[in-house]
Amino acid sequence: MTEFSQKNQDKLISMRGITKSFPGVLANDQIAFDVYKSEVHALLGENGAGKSTLMKILYGFYSSDDGEILIEGKPTSINSPQDARQYGIGMVFQDFTQIPAFSVLENIALFLPDLKSVYNKKEVEERISDVSNRYGLQVDPHALASQLSIGELQKVEIQKLLLSDSKILILDEPTRVLAPHEVDALFEILESLRKDGYAIILITHKLKEVLAFSDRITVLRGGKVAGSLLRSDANEEILVELMFSKSMSKLEGKKERRGEKSENPLLNLKGIETKGEGVEQSLQDIDLEIYSGEIVGVAGVSGNGQKELGDVILGMEKSLAGEKWLYGKNMTNRPIGEIRREGLGFIPENPLLMAAAPWLTVLENLALTNTWRYQLQGGLNMDWEAVRKDYQGTQEDLGFKFSFYTVPKALSGGNLQRMVIVREMTHDPQLLIASYLTRGLDVQSTHAAREALLKARDTGAGVLLISEDLEELFALSDRLVVLYDGKIVGDFDPSETTVYEVGHLMTQAEVNNAATA
Amino acid sequence: MPQQPNSDNKKQNPLLMKIVNSVFRYVLMILFVLVLFGVILWISGTDPIQSYKDIFEATLGSSYGFSEVIVGMTPILFTALAVAFPSKIILINVGGEGQMYMGAMFATWGALTFDTWPIWALLPLMFFLSILGGSLWALIPGYLKSRGLVNETITTLLLNSIAPILVAYAVFGFWHSPMDTNKTANFVDAARLPTFYGTRVELSFIIALVLLVIFWLFIRYTKWGLEMRAIGANPQAAKRNGIPVAKYYIVVMCIGGAIAGMAGMSQVSGYYGVLLSGFSRGLGFMGFLISWLAGGDPIGIFITSFIVGIIFTGGNLLQITQGIPFAVIYILLAFTLFVVLARPTFLKGNE
Repeated sequence: MTEFSQKNQDKLISMRGITKSFPGVLANDQIAFDVYKSEVHALLGENGAGKSTLMKILYGFYSSDDGEILIEGKPTSINSPQDARQYGIGMVFQDFTQIPAFSVLENIALFLPDLKSVYNKKEVEERISDVSNRYGLQVDPHALASQLSIGELQKVEIQKLLLSDSKILILDEPTRVLAPHEVDALFEILESLRKDGYAIILITHKLKEVLAFSDRITVLRGGKVAGSLLRSDANEEILVELMFSKSMSKLEGKKERRGEKSENPLLNLKGIETKGEGVEQSLQDIDLEIYSGEIVGVAGVSGNGQKELGDVILGMEKSLAGEKWLYGKNMTNRPIGEIRREGLGFIPENPLLMAAAPWLTVLENLALTNTWRYQLQGGLNMDWEAVRKDYQGTQEDLGFKFSFYTVPKALSGGNLQRMVIVREMTHDPQLLIASYLTRGLDVQSTHAAREALLKARDTGAGVLLISEDLEELFALSDRLVVLYDGKIVGDFDPSETTVYEVGHLMTQAEVNNAATA
Repeated sequence: MPQQPNSDNKKQNPLLMKIVNSVFRYVLMILFVLVLFGVILWISGTDPIQSYKDIFEATLGSSYGFSEVIVGMTPILFTALAVAFPSKIILINVGGEGQMYMGAMFATWGALTFDTWPIWALLPLMFFLSILGGSLWALIPGYLKSRGLVNETITTLLLNSIAPILVAYAVFGFWHSPMDTNKTANFVDAARLPTFYGTRVELSFIIALVLLVIFWLFIRYTKWGLEMRAIGANPQAAKRNGIPVAKYYIVVMCIGGAIAGMAGMSQVSGYYGVLLSGFSRGLGFMGFLISWLAGGDPIGIFITSFIVGIIFTGGNLLQITQGIPFAVIYILLAFTLFVVLARPTFLKGNE
């Protein structure tokens, strides 16, 4: 597949100096990105590296703060997805956009730019079968979208783009939801498309696929281009390094572990299994122990079971097999209230959705996890003064500033996260589960939150730190496990491993010296 | 008094403004309805001015008329509250009608079986039975909802058609009086709710008012009210925060059913003094409408119920004095509800 050339006249798209910032984050920083005719161009990077932002700029979802887009050499402004489609750019999103109650044919017809007011079903059907026979995209056009498998839905999405004359196809993590045989079929389709001159941009973080199917690879890291290279120049080693190697600046948090492993673990999961529904990941045979005075980091690409692991410990998710022991008691499938009362703190990945009641005041929200603690007259009243005092104490310790008398809906993402951290830290949790602890926080608050975590550990708490930030995990964790596809595939002492090794496991590239556990 | 988290001095003024505002808007809305309905009356050949005079005299214009309005609104206060309470945790209780029938049936069983008991023992027993009947009927949807099996809107709605049939079965089958087949014998005096000052206003009106006040205090000040508001705002977060959401679904639904059951008690023991098969003209559904129009707000429930009370009472009279069919009254009612529905969003804003 190296017959592909870099002649300039084949250059379809050239993005120059693309910069885009969101409040508090520089998502894209001076990115240059080229797409040539007849190539599969992989856009590789961790979550949050800026891949999706860049592609959404190309597709007209966002407009960039700075930089320009050249299409076939001409400067162009793309202000909406409609514009993008006119230039032949099409995107397949992670969650598909079909209407379940419509047939495949109707779904496709809806998308066609040249559809007549009174359209001829036969004609549309013929166009569909032309394209699908040519590229192996056969799906029964009369089946309802709701009856299709995920792989078939994806085929329909691709058909839609081809029929609306897209020349450049952007696929956002197309294999995330596919079974292995479907993955192979997809790449066969992409291969035949490439031969016919289509350009395909593949957003992904799976190294194996990148190395097997792409012609060229651009790696993003922290909003910048970490490297752009031809497949022939790339191997796993190089890519992992490009993806993960940050200036591993040591966090100030002193890391000496308090050593002595107490006899009983705070948390002991024995062979836990769950059944994921829809896009959820099932956990398989999870064995995990957390002792007093240690931070256990969980590394993994998001969607590999992190949320489910936190939820099964909290009690939000039922475990189908295995046992969950907390503080020496068997608490398998006990109610959440009971588990929290025993001293579990939980900082979820999405505070607005999973932790806050948006129209109650912040003060009321703070009291929610501990209503029993603040009730007066057996529940007829609440001691709001005590609530204020307790939580204000924690707030001041952490140096956070947000009002207790507004509603969470009015708080910024950062302050919402601060609210949850204050709430979960206040009553000295014995066990703390923190997902994406520092998401949305500025440097100062990030530091304060990490300090608080270390302090909790030093006073004897056990912490499960779920994060995609390897730098953070290496700096804070006393032990590091890697989740992949709902299984724990690695268990390390961070001082005895490297980001590369962990990165390989996260992206499931084979590494011979893996699993020291 | 407990310190409400959001009460400070600045709140006073807007509150006053809000009250003035609401009164003004409600007056406007009522005027609007009167004009619209006047046109209907005029078309049907009735003198609108005379009709309104009649309505006014029969309702607000005399103390007896006023008392009749209260009689009319009493059961609706219960059935509206039976919807409003579960609505705080986003449970849609469409089953007030059925729960009311079950409450009435249970209370009637008490009245007929223990008719030799003194009033101070019999009435509390009947109240207890009506609560039991209503809450048992609501337990079914509450339990199914808590297990995530069936949506409560569907189950409560379907159970509405079963309850009146059960009542009819009991009345026709076992309890009917020697004279009639469709109703029981008249209740003994000890099974009748006491009335006030020679009017038909009875004790259950006071109970309904007390329940409205308790409802407001409960939601606002208690721990359980706080937890309910949290569930209403974000069930997932509430669950993760350790609030037993499934338990709340069952208990709150049963309390809603219990309140609707009391509406049944107020009808058989207060209004009719007898259990008629098919006694309700949609009181449960009316309560549903009122609760949602009032946004689950106790004052809104009171005001809207009062208006509906006026319309029912005045309508009954128009039937006699102006000879217009009762269906026309439903036009007036529908107009009123439409206008209330189209009210500005200020009432929703205070949630």
